[in-house]
Amino acid sequence: MKKFIGKIKWDFFGKKSLSRRGFLQGASLLAGVGASIVGTGAVRNLSREDRERLGLSWEEYFKGNYRYMTAREKRKTVKRLERLAKIRRDETVRISDNGPIEHVLYGYAFNISKCQGYMDCIDACLKENNLDRKSNMQYIKIFEVENGTLSVDRGDSEFYHEVPREGHFYMGTQCMHCENPPCVPVCPTEATWKEDDGIVVVDYDWCIGCRYCEAACPYEARKFNWAEPVVPSGELTKEQHYLGNRRKAKGVMEKCTFCIQRSRRGENPACVEACPTGARVFGNLLDPDSEIRKIIETKKVFRLKEELETEPKFWYYMD
Amino acid sequence: MKENTHILFSFVRDLLSYSLRGSRHYHLWMGLLTFFMILGAVFYIHQLREGLTVTGMNDYVSWGLYISNFTFLVGLAAAAVMLVIPAYVFSDIDLYKVVLIGEGVAVGALFMCLAFVTVDIGGPHRFWHLIPGMGRLNFPASLLAWDILVLNGYLAINLLIPFYILYSKYAGKKPNKRIYVPFVFVSIFWAVALHMVTAFLYAGLSARPFWNNSLLGPRFLASAFAAGPAFILAMLGFVKRFSDFSINESILRKIAVIVTIAAQINLVMLGSELFKEFYNPTHHSISAVYLFFGIEGKNALVPWIWTAIGLNVLATLTLTIHRYRNRDLFLYPACILLFVAIWIEKGMGLVIPGFIPSPLGSVVEYHPSLVELAVTLGIWAFGLFVISLLVRLGFAVEQHRIVYRKI
Repeated sequence: MKKFIGKIKWDFFGKKSLSRRGFLQGASLLAGVGASIVGTGAVRNLSREDRERLGLSWEEYFKGNYRYMTAREKRKTVKRLERLAKIRRDETVRISDNGPIEHVLYGYAFNISKCQGYMDCIDACLKENNLDRKSNMQYIKIFEVENGTLSVDRGDSEFYHEVPREGHFYMGTQCMHCENPPCVPVCPTEATWKEDDGIVVVDYDWCIGCRYCEAACPYEARKFNWAEPVVPSGELTKEQHYLGNRRKAKGVMEKCTFCIQRSRRGENPACVEACPTGARVFGNLLDPDSEIRKIIETKKVFRLKEELETEPKFWYYMD
Repeated sequence: MKENTHILFSFVRDLLSYSLRGSRHYHLWMGLLTFFMILGAVFYIHQLREGLTVTGMNDYVSWGLYISNFTFLVGLAAAAVMLVIPAYVFSDIDLYKVVLIGEGVAVGALFMCLAFVTVDIGGPHRFWHLIPGMGRLNFPASLLAWDILVLNGYLAINLLIPFYILYSKYAGKKPNKRIYVPFVFVSIFWAVALHMVTAFLYAGLSARPFWNNSLLGPRFLASAFAAGPAFILAMLGFVKRFSDFSINESILRKIAVIVTIAAQINLVMLGSELFKEFYNPTHHSISAVYLFFGIEGKNALVPWIWTAIGLNVLATLTLTIHRYRNRDLFLYPACILLFVAIWIEKGMGLVIPGFIPSPLGSVVEYHPSLVELAVTLGIWAFGLFVISLLVRLGFAVEQHRIVYRKI
């Protein structure tokens, strides 16, 4: 072996200096690429609408983090996004920038005696939140668990058969909107945070797509746009919220927001509305007369992974 | 002042022109690396267009080959500079040579780290959101923010020190130890910090029991102390064999001892981990079970990790026995085996099982896609390109092949 290597006469460190041809070729290639980029200065030939689109996109690119915007900046970006939706896809959308309502802290309860695994909630969520139709993104998962355990991780979230199945029960999971969300501090750009009404949100235009939050979430609540999400214009939910169901781009994180566009109007999230069995209850934890408060106070309730001290605002209970 | 500027300009010019000249082997090697870099770039453009869907990653295994390589290379970057410590402990060694190689490797590894993170993120065009002042760097809450700071700071130090030393040599002055030695010490501490911060990035996630353990940081250090110097030792061996750059035999022997001790400590920690996971397996041991034995018939990582352990044990044994360690015929292959073993173990073997099973119990496997492989290869080529360039320049200046000539 040693002999063999020895036979090859290596001269890597250049005792003799020879040609510089190879590197000059590389350099000229780079220069060519640069020139062709500069050469495409066809800006003058653009239509007025194209120019408006470019201008708006430019301003959008350089806008700040929504959390730190002034009310005026929020209005402006919302107007820009509405206009861009019109120009880009001819969609008339209304994007809300409603802030949290005072003295409201949202909570959610899930009745495992009632859920039959119909998955109408998943379907309603997909439509309401303009989720990617190609991958059928799910904020909600329904686990089919065999009797004999309460461990959701022994359940199966990808079943394709008639429900309900004998000897099984169903448990839904989604973002638990933890009081102590592990996904929030890890974000390197503060693109995700907890609002005053307890909703954990993502600024889709500020997220850089590092997916650290996805690794940090113990409930698999975060969903990444691996490709450009597809939502046909005809199926688009047009009442939107900046932090909620507006169109997302590829490469950003999204998640359940308790349908922020609905809940901040005083409505129930789409999953609660859609559930045919009444297994889902949503409400204000600060209102002593709310149904959610009654459930927490009178039923035997539990939460997932309480040992992690995340303090989820999502309770399970049985009748 | 005017003269200094002139020297600086001619320094840069001479370095450039020296890099463009070279033997056929040099051009062949650099050309080969350039080819893989271009190939990687083409695949990366494809990934930019289509999104990360062209990788094997998904919502269950949301980090893959890219972040695995990033994690390993942080170790390489950190450990390269660790070589400086023995240079002080055994003060008989000429410092520059080791520092130059160590920092050349560190810079190359850091460039690779930054490249791997860049290709992994979904919105690289939004990188400015990370720049304090312009964007919002979530410091000190996010360990990723720490990592970005530590990584870039480390890069700056490791560019600065060799630049100063080489520039002084070029200008015909003796580098002033008073100026650069404090920075060398800073870079040693910084290297430990860099490594610990990267380990904490994982260890801080309570959602992932496989990472959420206190041994992760120390194990990172031990494995890096083994892999980094092993890489440099192999490089020194190569340099010694194929150039007329003289390398003191005693340097090689001492580095070999460091590699050996680190590899031994690493094995002890591996044993400790295996004991904890398998003596009384709990719910939190499932990821380790998946890694070493597979679960539900899914076992993509099993052959990898056993290969890694086999190589690791074999290399450590070889290095431990003086007779073998002191013979080049065994030493260099053992170093390469150790390097490969730790690349598997600290890369895919560390990152992927953290995601399997998922926090709610799904077992979804990960297989890197062709795009990921090509981009990864491209980035490695890029790193080796940088290392080759820097180390070669370093030697040339060191040997006075590039010197300043007053006109």
